[in-house]
Amino acid sequence: MTVDIRFDSPLGAVETGDATWRRRGRLRRSLAACLPLLRRPGFLLALAVVAFALLAAVAPGLLSGFDPYATAPADKLRPPDATHWFGTDELGRDLYTRVVHGASLSVLAALLAVGIALAGGLGLGILSGFAGGRLDAFIMRFIDVLLALPGLLLALAIVTAIGFGTVPVAIAVGVALVPGFARTTRAEVLRVKTLPYVEAARLGGASWTRTLLLHILPNAWSPVAVLATLDFGAAILATAGLSFLGFGAAPPAAEWGTLISNGRHFLITAPWVSLLPGLFLVAVVFSLNHIARTLEEVQR
Amino acid sequence: MSRYLIGRVGQALLVLWGAYSIAYAILYLLPADTLAIMLSASGLEIDSLPEEEIARARAYYGLDRSFLEQYFDLLWGALQGDLGQSLTQNRPVAELLAERLPQTLSLAGLAILLSLAGGIGLAYLTAYVRWQPLKAALARLPSLGFSIPVFWMGLLLIQVFAFGLGWFPATGNAGFESLVLPAVTLAIPSAAVYAQVLQRGFQCVWREPYIVTAYAKGLSHGQVQARHAFKNAALPLLTLIGLQVGNTVSGAVLVETIFTRSGVGRLVQEAVLRQDIPVVLAVVAVSAAAFVAVNLIVDLLYPTLDPRIAHMPEVSQP
Repeated sequence: MTVDIRFDSPLGAVETGDATWRRRGRLRRSLAACLPLLRRPGFLLALAVVAFALLAAVAPGLLSGFDPYATAPADKLRPPDATHWFGTDELGRDLYTRVVHGASLSVLAALLAVGIALAGGLGLGILSGFAGGRLDAFIMRFIDVLLALPGLLLALAIVTAIGFGTVPVAIAVGVALVPGFARTTRAEVLRVKTLPYVEAARLGGASWTRTLLLHILPNAWSPVAVLATLDFGAAILATAGLSFLGFGAAPPAAEWGTLISNGRHFLITAPWVSLLPGLFLVAVVFSLNHIARTLEEVQR
Repeated sequence: MSRYLIGRVGQALLVLWGAYSIAYAILYLLPADTLAIMLSASGLEIDSLPEEEIARARAYYGLDRSFLEQYFDLLWGALQGDLGQSLTQNRPVAELLAERLPQTLSLAGLAILLSLAGGIGLAYLTAYVRWQPLKAALARLPSLGFSIPVFWMGLLLIQVFAFGLGWFPATGNAGFESLVLPAVTLAIPSAAVYAQVLQRGFQCVWREPYIVTAYAKGLSHGQVQARHAFKNAALPLLTLIGLQVGNTVSGAVLVETIFTRSGVGRLVQEAVLRQDIPVVLAVVAVSAAAFVAVNLIVDLLYPTLDPRIAHMPEVSQP
């Protein structure tokens, strides 16, 4: 009898302990991971700026009451004031409205470019890191060659071949971003591939596809995500640069690069026409860089 | 050493050949009808021409032959220094390039010097300063530097220094004074990259045991930084200089357009606007050559500057 009781009591204690401990839900875990980030005011501000740009891209009508194409010659080249926050351009169009509406073309072009770069770069990087051997050597030489072509010139060559406009520019910028993604992905795949849990998954009978999708990709993802955030900013800069050079959207449409380029003719009399849209562009790209850097610091 | 040299030069030539081939593939194989682009560059509409005229134009541009034949023809010409004929200016591309290159080279050269001075200076200052708020602000400055679009920075500098203060001319390419603003504009993104890498280098080096030793010997903060930390932290910069050539060339296209300087960047911008394919191909090839050459030099210089690397091949070879 006494022996039984002695055995029972510790076992019982363990069981009740088990009952109270539960694995935290996905939401709770991600909240716990985000909390230290949300305590940084700089990070929150950057997040707000990027969210504003994304909202402007999706629903510009919510953020401004003016019509971006309505001209009012009497109000041309007004300096910034309470009604026209960024002033007006040479045709009297409200510049803040044009910047907000320009977000849809510029942000969507940058998203398309990063999407292309992600698809191409992830594909090449995974293939190269996974296959190894001659295929790996071949793909990496190809990437080396692409890296030797300066990004903007590669994009310019593509634009020459496939024509002008927002979509060709986005495609050209996306292709120019591929090599960086391919290299980062390959390095991560090579690192993760040798870890014990991949071996364990293979021993457990998982196919290579399953191992790749469920074990390697989620663990190789974070540096690629940081690079994607950084390159989102780079893509905004590059598409703006190409449309500044005159290869982007046709005149009446608003795009950040064309807005800045347009204002350059009035630099002496009305500097805000090109400087304020540019300042907004700088704020968005700087916020993206700040977010990427903070994420990188947290990972380390 | 000579075997290493030959191997490295061969590799560089292979990369250059690959870059030329990719540029050729994009410009000649990607368009649905290369002839239509070429004719529109010369100011003709392809639909307005009769059949035999089109056939003659096709033969004139060499487009009636197979792609491989055209490719080897162009490659052979490029190897002999003949880069073809510009479609819009009716002059040999090589002549155009020779005329425009000096402008771009002086701009890029000054920009690289300025970016190195600015980047190293900023990182050095960041490592030297010990007052935390200032240090944190300086550490964030580089990421602001490469968030600013080159063309916007150029406009801002024109507004302040040319129109506002009147120190430098806003546009043109006469004399050294007109070179200052473009070179500063072009230098800022590269300087930001150098500063960021060097700041990280200082952070890592600061924890090394030899720094503690140097302090223990009784050296001051400034002496330790100048004699021991800087040399070790600055090594990665050498590789970066090679990689930044691409960014400098890309930036030159924008900067020369803003400041209306007649350099290679402006040449390619105009060529793309008029779809002058031979000029675009030539400029892409020349900039790839510059990238490959600078990186080759950096690779060959590395072992002399960092003796640890010079001994590596001997160890790894059985």
